[in-house]
Amino acid sequence: MVKLTDIIKVYLAGDVPVPALRGINLQIEEGEFLAIMGHSGSGKSTLLNILGCLDKPSGGTYDLDGLTVSDLDEEQLAVIRNQKIGFVFQSFNLLRRLPAVEQVELPLLYRKVPNRRRLAVQALTELGLADRLAHRPPQLSGGEQQRVAIARCLVTSPSLILADEPTGALDTATGHDIMRIFQRLNEERAITVVLVTHEREIADYAHRVVRLQDGRIVGDERNSSPNRPPVAGGPSLGGDGEDSRA
Amino acid sequence: MSIIDTIRSAFAALSANKLRSSLTMLGIIIGVSAVITLMAVGQGSQKGVTESIRGLGSNLLFIRPGQSQASNVQAAVYGGQALTLVDEDAYAVNDPEKFPYVEGVAPQIDFEGALIAGAENTRTTIIGTTPDYPYVRDFYVANGQFISDNDVTRKGLVAVLGHRVAETLFGDKNPLGKSVRLAVGPGGMITFNFRIIGVMEPKGATATGDEDDLMFIPLPTMQARIPFLRHPQGLSNVFQITVKVRDRDDFDQAEKEIAALLRERHNVDEDDFVILSQSDVATLKAAETEISQTLWAAMAAIAGISLVVGGIGIMNIMLVSVTERIREIGIRKAVGATRADILTQFLIEALMVTMAGGLIGVVLGVALSTFADGRTILEQSVRAEVSALAVILAFSVSAAIGLFFGIYPAFNASRLNPIEALRHE
Repeated sequence: MVKLTDIIKVYLAGDVPVPALRGINLQIEEGEFLAIMGHSGSGKSTLLNILGCLDKPSGGTYDLDGLTVSDLDEEQLAVIRNQKIGFVFQSFNLLRRLPAVEQVELPLLYRKVPNRRRLAVQALTELGLADRLAHRPPQLSGGEQQRVAIARCLVTSPSLILADEPTGALDTATGHDIMRIFQRLNEERAITVVLVTHEREIADYAHRVVRLQDGRIVGDERNSSPNRPPVAGGPSLGGDGEDSRA
Repeated sequence: MSIIDTIRSAFAALSANKLRSSLTMLGIIIGVSAVITLMAVGQGSQKGVTESIRGLGSNLLFIRPGQSQASNVQAAVYGGQALTLVDEDAYAVNDPEKFPYVEGVAPQIDFEGALIAGAENTRTTIIGTTPDYPYVRDFYVANGQFISDNDVTRKGLVAVLGHRVAETLFGDKNPLGKSVRLAVGPGGMITFNFRIIGVMEPKGATATGDEDDLMFIPLPTMQARIPFLRHPQGLSNVFQITVKVRDRDDFDQAEKEIAALLRERHNVDEDDFVILSQSDVATLKAAETEISQTLWAAMAAIAGISLVVGGIGIMNIMLVSVTERIREIGIRKAVGATRADILTQFLIEALMVTMAGGLIGVVLGVALSTFADGRTILEQSVRAEVSALAVILAFSVSAAIGLFFGIYPAFNASRLNPIEALRHE
């Protein structure tokens, strides 16, 4: 469970303080699928960075699963990121020279768990990439790369997946495939997903949409009928949509 | 991240950029191999000196002519030797009644001459001496026999060859009984035929020169046959008298009493001779080689500087590598790498470069030293001895360089802000 109380974030542009978040109060229950929408500069990425423990708020408290992470130092935050949080980025953020299976092993490496290879293969198989284990990012399509990135956060069984414009670099069909994966992860595994997007269509997959403007929450609405993609009956999370080779 | 995983991932990162990694390593390889080789040669030259002094024999006193009063002409002929010692001096010292501690006396004259045997010829040092010489100098005949009392009495034309001279002139053939022609004087105008009666054991270089490159003949033969080696007053001049003393403790007494005898015989107030003990010779020789040792040490130090330069090269490359991999660092941090993880990763990469370079450098340095050992380079015979200390030192210095020059780039990497790192293009 995520609970943000009076979160403030102020950046310094030279000597001038620029407020990015001006008092955010937000509670996200376990198993929610939440979309954060807003224009660029609304503070949505800053909020996501704070949620992801990549950044520390200038004020306010952040509780994650009962732990006040806003009190932790940088090294402890790294451990929280490793244990509880999975990131999916617009630009995939895979390491160029590693094969897919090693990309997925990476968080486990920092967690020092045994059976890394087996867990990584399992995660990739779940996402329909069983035949892409040894492929490096340049040999994979955009959709495949994003699925590797999803496998990378899935492998640690995170309590929170944070996706920052995950479909931004993909064509529409592949984007919907990726969204369907998030939806299934959320529904079948009860993983909390927080999605940042500025596309209405993408936000419609979520159960709840929070709107941000000038560092404040200006809207928080439930979506009783989340978007269901027309491609139905896919056998697995991996989907079988037409990937465009990026 | 466990250390094995870190090493594995550092290896992958380094092999992704093979050319760059090997060029970076090259600086360390050159530095380490140079340090090892130069230290080996320095060590070897020191050991060579010690061995050459030991090779002289033991408990020896050397009597040499003193301040040269010779004219320029004499100096030209005798190579600056004063003509104050005669063979009678030597025979007088060899008096067991008077000097019970004297075990043997060998007077000698040496000069350069050309030897011809069949189609072969060589230049070498000819030493005229007496039968005591092998015992005094602890240097014996390997094949045949040395000059006998009989050879001395009858001023025989017999010769004993040094090991290398025999090889040069006769190759594999047995030189015993064969004859060798000695040419001396300006243009080699005076020649004599000597019958070879023995070949010396191989000994190598000692403090008095290469003991394998010479020929012995009886002293009186030389004095009788080679007129310009005569003492101006018709006496039988010698260049050096070597005295073997029974015990080290007798040295002081021997030196004093022999000096008194010679003064009396020469009828002089001021000594016209010098008595050197073996340790005096050692000191002289050591002073001579000290210069070259200092030189080797200086060269090793310069090689050490090249190691530091190599280290700076590593720092440079690591800084570039960190800059190039900012995005990677961001990704690693996002999935949970701590600062310590990132620091270790880059430090291990730097260490692997320097330690691999150090290892290759050690192998190369040992190979170079082994190659140089015993060879003549720039007319100098080189001795090289690699010590374990030099290997350990060079290797740990290269590891230390990796640590020292790797820590700053690694620290920079670990301090990167993950958000900015992820945004970096």
